[in-house]
Amino acid sequence: MPHINVDPNLPGIRALMAFSPATAEPMGQLAEILLRSNDGLTRAERELIATYVSYLNDCFYCHNSHGALACVYLNGDNAVVEQVRQGYNNAAISDKLKALLNIAGKVQKGGKHVTEDDVAKAREQGATDKDIHDTVLIAAAFCLFNRYVDGLAATTPTDLSSYPLRAKQVAEKGYGSHIYTSPQPV
Amino acid sequence: MAHINLPADLPGIRGPMAFSPETAKPLNELAEILLRDDNNTLSRGERELIGTYVSSLNDCFFCQNIHGALAGHYLQCDIPTIDAIKVDYETTALSPKLKALLSIAGSVQKGGRQVTPEQIQRAKDLGATDKEIHDTVLIAAAFCMYNRYVDGLATWAPQDRQYYVERAPRRAEEGYIDFDLYK
Repeated sequence: MPHINVDPNLPGIRALMAFSPATAEPMGQLAEILLRSNDGLTRAERELIATYVSYLNDCFYCHNSHGALACVYLNGDNAVVEQVRQGYNNAAISDKLKALLNIAGKVQKGGKHVTEDDVAKAREQGATDKDIHDTVLIAAAFCLFNRYVDGLAATTPTDLSSYPLRAKQVAEKGYGSHIYTSPQPV
Repeated sequence: MAHINLPADLPGIRGPMAFSPETAKPLNELAEILLRDDNNTLSRGERELIGTYVSSLNDCFFCQNIHGALAGHYLQCDIPTIDAIKVDYETTALSPKLKALLSIAGSVQKGGRQVTPEQIQRAKDLGATDKEIHDTVLIAAAFCMYNRYVDGLATWAPQDRQYYVERAPRRAEEGYIDFDLYK
């Protein structure tokens, strides 16, 4: 049961956003820019970074929600999403994304864990300043979102078949307020 | 040196914000609502203290000093008093309710699942509302983002702590939205 009184019909962060629309607005805008921009990293790559950090933070709702979104952008290839969760080294992804996931994993532990060597390795694989910036901020932002969801004990659907439905909704319409103001997909 | 090419003269989070204005906008809007909006039963000083405490646990020098100086400005206390709160808030003169909220913030810093129903109950027994608990969790979570953004890109921070004390009144006056990153 959530630690505070929120709408029991809304899952995960959606119930918290409905409880506090004033803070939901900038958080939705941040997610929209970080996860749906096509400038540099692809949407699939961005959602994979989010999924990996959420998995490291043991946030069931977030790693399944964003894993389902990555799967949509990868045209249904859930095997890659699962490979990334399990440590990404054997995943069918680019060496550049592997180097960025290494940085994201360091950010999850704490900002100071990111070394010059980590950054140099990403550059060797072609990562730009913007790719590195976006990776650090996506990883940092999920250290927020994951703690928000689990720190208030938000309701987490255990039925995994519900995640692709919400993922399709976000893939089509983005991270705007519709995710907590319109009927939930069933 | 920072991990990416940031404007050399801007300390802390201002470098990445100048590098990426489009993400700076929602980051600042979130800080404004969480830390400065007066439609809140937690005072600005109390909310800045939560941000300071979490930044100290995350060992982020820039954030714990600028937000510590802001907390000191609002609460009209000096930096040694703020430092004592960071080290052991339970033995300070803070209200029992704020101590209970700082306990929740400390657990959020470790990870969302670290917050226990007993911690929440303690806060509620001491008069904390759902919104105050919500805001405490979200402020703590937000600083787990800001701190990682600042240190994950290896930004530089002035080492003279007086620098932050002197900047705090202007940040308190201008807020987190309508200010010039370059001043």
